[in-house]
Amino acid sequence: MTRPIFLLLMLVALLAIGSLSIGPANLPFADGLRALVAGGDGPLVLVMREIRLPRMVLAVMIGGTLGLAGAAMQGYLRNPLAEPGLLGVSGCAALGAVLAIQTGMSAAFALALPLSALAGAVLAVVILVVLTGPRGETLTLILGGIAISAIAGALTSLVLNLSPNPFAANEIIFWMMGSLADRSMLHVWLALPFMIVGLALLAGVGRGLDALTLGEDAAAAMGFDLGMLRLRIVLGTACVVGAGTAVAGSIGFVGLVVPHLLRGTVGGRPGPLLWVSALGGAAMLLGADIAVRLIAPDRDLKLGVLTALVGAPFFLHLVWRSRRQRA
Amino acid sequence: MTLLTLTQMSVNLRGRSVLTDVNLTVSAGEVVGLIGRNGVGKTTLMRAALGLIPASGHSSLADMSANARARAAAWMPQTREIAWPVSVADLVALGRLPHDDNAQAPVEAALAHMALGPLRNRRATNLSGGEQARALIARALAQETPLLMADEPISGLDPAHQIATMEVFAGIAAAGRGVMLTLHDIGLAARHCTRLVILSDGGVLADGPPGEVLTPANLAQAFGISAFHADSPDGPVFQPLRRVT
Repeated sequence: MTRPIFLLLMLVALLAIGSLSIGPANLPFADGLRALVAGGDGPLVLVMREIRLPRMVLAVMIGGTLGLAGAAMQGYLRNPLAEPGLLGVSGCAALGAVLAIQTGMSAAFALALPLSALAGAVLAVVILVVLTGPRGETLTLILGGIAISAIAGALTSLVLNLSPNPFAANEIIFWMMGSLADRSMLHVWLALPFMIVGLALLAGVGRGLDALTLGEDAAAAMGFDLGMLRLRIVLGTACVVGAGTAVAGSIGFVGLVVPHLLRGTVGGRPGPLLWVSALGGAAMLLGADIAVRLIAPDRDLKLGVLTALVGAPFFLHLVWRSRRQRA
Repeated sequence: MTLLTLTQMSVNLRGRSVLTDVNLTVSAGEVVGLIGRNGVGKTTLMRAALGLIPASGHSSLADMSANARARAAAWMPQTREIAWPVSVADLVALGRLPHDDNAQAPVEAALAHMALGPLRNRRATNLSGGEQARALIARALAQETPLLMADEPISGLDPAHQIATMEVFAGIAAAGRGVMLTLHDIGLAARHCTRLVILSDGGVLADGPPGEVLTPANLAQAFGISAFHADSPDGPVFQPLRRVT
């Protein structure tokens, strides 16, 4: 195991334990962990297993897959500005969720919101795959993703615009900010199959991305099937981003910033960056989710707000540093 | 041993006929220079031979499976892309991807061949254009394929490195492999290639040893130039002189 992977694993483990031990119910740390592992009856077990555990697991799953998908997208497009949301999948998933809230379906049936969001994600990916075709170009993929994002964004705005019910509009806006509060194990089980499929698809792309460092022609001549590589990355990213958005709302910046931050630790190589970036994403979301609980325990600060708020200035700093290096 | 055979190969790109009925072989021990005007189809010929673009006719490489082809021929494209700030050593090691091993010996040999030892830990994206070209040639060498195909590998290199690179190609040809490259420097082509193929008007105008194909008539037809030619004790000297119409 390489050094950055080991250090990041430690960091994720520490933050996961931290995430389990923080919450409004001021539980003694040791008692909480014992209840989590041993089980049994009582409020302590309920708090640990039904409230804190799903929150921690979702942070690891969503953060990890956002970091992984971000690294895969950047590697495939050979562009450090790429991020998982570029495909329009998260926009369409958000639109599905918004429709579920607006129509009142989400109030009638708990899983209506995530299922509707997943349907939106699937629709986006079908449009994208049909649009780019079997020999699609990279540019078609980017432009198609931007167009789908724009349509989904416009329709989401339209729903808000025409919403007769200010409470629904309010709920939509808060949902779109992204949060891991009040999620149950049901959300975990709903997202898990998609996350596993996405992970399996993205797991095999490392060598292809390494080869793409030399350009598409050289990679193809080294025996890599670029059409298959693109399909794996598009479908894998769609699976993890769709499922993540469905259960937690839109969480920006993780997929963009984390690969940047960690690229230096793997000598710039896009293949090894995948796993380092996955661990980094998990750590970042765990940390952010701990921060929203510590900074404003009674104000329900949204996770997506914090990741962007912390991520963007940090990103500026990276841009500043790379500007100086180039000069 | 024949490393590449093209039979009756024709290529149409976007409805335009680029190459018609090209027949060509490259054998072990040869350094074959592919020369011709800009846009005559040199790159197209090599990409079609590798199966990277559709072509009619036959190419022994394009007929192979992708993996077998990657072990039979290494390809250095004309656009010198290095997408990420990887070290020179890591860049050269990418040549081992088709073999799926982490063999260090071919990487070290390739670094040494291209005199990249002092640059091995530098970021490839921070190198000069000529240094990047040498690193990318080393990457193709590290692939250790019987055939090396390179599109304008020496353009942008300083004279010493141009000569050194052509000598590296001659060396690997002498060791039983084969090289096919495009280049625009007729003087270097005449001195260092064992064979030259002149492309003109979508087909092969001439194919043979440099002294036989670089005739005034061929140069006039293929390039529209005349050249000074002398056989010196150091080998043939070709210097393009003026345009002819």
